Amino acid sequence: MKLGFSAEDELFRQECADWLNGQMAGEFKDIKGITKLTGSPERRKEWEQQLAAHRWSCIGWPSQWGGRDATLAQQVIFAEEYARAGVPGRINHIGIELAGPTILAFGTEEQKRQFLPGIAAGTTIFCQGFSEPNAGSDLASVRTRGRLENGEWVVNGQKIWTSLAHISDWIFVVTRTEEGSQGPKGLTFLMMPLDQPGIEVRGIRQINGDSEFNETFFTDARCPADSLIGAVGQGWGIAMGLLAFERGVSTLGQQMGFRNELDDIIAAAKANGAANDPLIRQRLAKAEIGLRLMRYGALRMLSQTDHKKIDGAALTYKIQWASWRRNLGELAMDVLGQAGEVSDHAEYEWDTLPNLFLFSRADTIYGGTNQIQRNLIAERGLGLPREPRYVPKG
Amino acid sequence: MEFAFTEEQQMIAETAQAFFRDNATSERVRRAMAADGIDRELWAAFCRELGLSGIGLPEETGGSGLGMVELAIIAEAAGAQVAALPMLGSLVQAAQAIAAGGTQEQRAALLPDLISGEAIAGYFYDGALKVEGDRLTGGAHYVTHGASASLFIVTDNRGMWVVRADDPGVTVTAQTSMDQTRPFARVTLADAQGEALADPAAALAAAHRAAFIAVAAESLGGAQACLDRTVAYSQERVQFGRPIGSFQAYKHRLADMMIEIEQARSVVYWAACAVDEQSDEADLAIHAAKSFAADTYFRCAGDMIQLHGGIGFTWEHDAHLFFKRARSLQSMLGSGNWHRERIATMILGEAA
Ligand SMILES: Cc1cc2nc3c(=O)[nH]c(=O)nc-3n(C[C@H](O)[C@H](O)[C@H](O)COP(=O)(O)OP(=O)(O)OC[C@H]3O[C@@H](n4cnc5c(N)ncnc54)[C@H](O)[C@@H]3O)c2cc1C
Repeated sequence: MKLGFSAEDELFRQECADWLNGQMAGEFKDIKGITKLTGSPERRKEWEQQLAAHRWSCIGWPSQWGGRDATLAQQVIFAEEYARAGVPGRINHIGIELAGPTILAFGTEEQKRQFLPGIAAGTTIFCQGFSEPNAGSDLASVRTRGRLENGEWVVNGQKIWTSLAHISDWIFVVTRTEEGSQGPKGLTFLMMPLDQPGIEVRGIRQINGDSEFNETFFTDARCPADSLIGAVGQGWGIAMGLLAFERGVSTLGQQMGFRNELDDIIAAAKANGAANDPLIRQRLAKAEIGLRLMRYGALRMLSQTDHKKIDGAALTYKIQWASWRRNLGELAMDVLGQAGEVSDHAEYEWDTLPNLFLFSRADTIYGGTNQIQRNLIAERGLGLPREPRYVPKG
Repeated sequence: MEFAFTEEQQMIAETAQAFFRDNATSERVRRAMAADGIDRELWAAFCRELGLSGIGLPEETGGSGLGMVELAIIAEAAGAQVAALPMLGSLVQAAQAIAAGGTQEQRAALLPDLISGEAIAGYFYDGALKVEGDRLTGGAHYVTHGASASLFIVTDNRGMWVVRADDPGVTVTAQTSMDQTRPFARVTLADAQGEALADPAAALAAAHRAAFIAVAAESLGGAQACLDRTVAYSQERVQFGRPIGSFQAYKHRLADMMIEIEQARSVVYWAACAVDEQSDEADLAIHAAKSFAADTYFRCAGDMIQLHGGIGFTWEHDAHLFFKRARSLQSMLGSGNWHRERIATMILGEAA
C-alpha cells in the first residue's frame, strides 16, 4: 500500500501543470474559470482541439488512437492539475469518457478507425441517447424503434434529457429493434449523426435557467447498417458496459473540480464571517473529509487489480460523490445566506456557488438516481434479493 | 501509487482475521466481560504464538518493525470480533509512547514485557496533573483496562511519565462500564512516583497518531461486522412471506451502511499510509479517520439492532457488544466534533 506518487509521476505533474497554466494564461485565457455547463461552447470545442493537438485530449487511451497509454496515477494527476488550473469541464466528456471507451471495448476495427480519431481530435462531439419519457430508471423499457431498411437503420421515437445534444455531432441511441420484444432483450446500440432531417433537437430549460439538456425526436432518422456497436439485439450489454464507465473512472476529472467549489465556499465563509459559526465549521470539516475520501475512494477503485471481485469502492462511488456534492450546494447557500439568493445578472443566471446549489440537485438523478444506486449496492454488493417487477392484473 | 494491500499485508490480514474469528468467539468475549474484560488466553496467543503484538514497534525492542498500515489491519480484525484485549492502552498508546519518547534504557526495560503480554500498561491524560520533581498528583476516570494494568503512562500533554501501579501513591478502582469488553478504571495519583520519558513531545505525537488510527481501524472492522451479520440475518428471517432483505426500505438501509463503511475503509488506510509515508496530509488524515470511522461504526451498530428487531435488543444477541463498543470508541480520545473542529482550523488556515 503506497499513496505517494513516484518522482517520475511528480515530473509528469509538473509537465501537466506547466502546459495547462500556460494555456489558461495565454490563448485560452477567456475560458478560464467557466463553470456553466453550456458556457462558450464554440471556444470550448476549440479547446478540445487544442488539447488534442498536444496529445492531452484522451491520455488514458492507447497511443495508437491518440492517447498516451497513461497509467492510472497519471490520469489522476492530469485530472487534478486540470482542475487546479481552472480549466472548464470537457465539452466532449461523453465522447472521450463514454463513447470512446465503449468503442474501444466493443467496437470493430473499422469502427475504431471511423470514430476514435475524430473523438480524440475534438471534432466529433458525442451525446448520450438513453433516457426516454417512459424509460428513465427503467432504461430497459425503451420504445424508440429501429428497423433495417435497404441497408440502413431507420429510427423512430423520442429520447429526452439528452445533455448537450444541441452542440453535438453524434448521438448513441438504445433502440428496440426486435418487434414485440420486452425489457433488455431485442435492443440495439446505434451511433447516429445528429445533423440530418430525421432528427430534431429541442432545448429544455432547467431549474437554474440553463438549457443543458434536450428532447431529441427521431422521425425516420437514418444511419448505415453497420453503425451498431455489438450485435443486433445485444444493445443492453453494450449500454451496461457504458454505464459502468459512466459510474466509474470517467468522472474523476469532474470530482477533481469539486476541490475548487469547496475552496470557493471556504473563502466565502472567511470573508463573510460564517467561518466563526461552530456548526458551519463542522460542516466545512465534513465536506473536506468527504472530498478527501472521494479521492482516496477513487484511488482504491483504480488500484483494484482483481476485477473478479466486485469492488465495494467502485460500487459506492457514484452515490458517494453525488450526495456529497448536493450537500455541498446546501452548505454553499448556508454560508452565503440570502446573498446567495440574488444574482448580479439581469438574466436568470447564477454565479458558481448558487449555480452549484441548483445544479447539484441533478447529481443524485442522472447516471442512476440515488435510489437506483442503493438497489445496485444492495443487490450486487450485498447479494440481497432483486426488486420484484410489477405485473398489472388483467 | 498503489492503494491496495501488498501480498504481505494481505497475508497479515488473512492471518489476523482467521485468528480472531476462530478464537475471539462470542462465548469467550462474554466470559471476559464477566471478569476484567480480558481474555487472557487470547492475549497470550496473540502476543506470543501469533507474534502480532509487536507490529508498528521498532525491531530492536522486540517489535516487528512494520508500520501503521499493519497496525490498522490488526486492529480492524480485532474490532470485527469485539475482541476483549488490552491492546489499545497497552500496545498502541503506552508502547508507542515509550518507543518514540523513551531513552534506550526505558525502551529496553519496558517494551519487551508489553510486547510479550506479560505486562499490561494503562494510558491516561490529566490536564491538571500536579508535578513536583518526580512526584505526581492527579488522576483520570476513564482509563481503559486500568484495573488490569501493572504500570501507567501518564501525560499532561507537556510531560510524560511511567508510574508503577503498585506505587503506594496509586489507587485504582474498577468502574462498572457500559462496554465490558474494554472496561474503564478510575486511577488516582497522590504523590506517586513518576519516571519521566525523555522526549514527551515525540511520545505524545506517536501515541496520538497510533491511537487515532487503531480506534478508527477497530471501528471499521466493527462496522463491517455489523453489516455482514445483518445481511446474513436479512436472508434468513422471513416476514410477510418474503425474506426481510427483499424489502426496499431494508435494502436501502444496508446499502447506506455499505456506503459509509467503504469511506471508512478509505479513511483508515489513507491515514495509516499518510503517517507511514510522513505525508503532510497525515495530521488532517488522522483526525478525519477517528471522527469518520467511529461515527460510521455507531451508526451501523445502531442500524444492526433496528434491523434485527426484538432479538437485536436481547443480551443474548451480539448486537449490543458492537453497539456499546461503538459508543465507547466515539467518545474516547476526542469526540467527532472535536476532531472536525481541528480540521476546520486547518482548512480555514487559522492558528491552532
Ligand atoms: C441534468 C441531467 C442530465 C441528463 N443527461 C442525460 C443524457 O445525456 N442522456 C440520457 O440518456 N439521460 C440523461 N439524463 C436522464 C437521467 O439518466 C434520468 O433522469 C434518470 O435515469 C432517472 O430517470 P427519470 O428521470 O425517468 O426518473 P424516474 O425513473 O421516473 O424516477 C423518478 C423517481 O422514482 C425513483 N425510482 C425509480 N425507480 C425506482 C426503483 N426501482 N426503486 C426506488 N425508486 C425508484 C427514482 O429514484 C426517482 O426518485 C439526465 C438527467 C439529468 C437530470
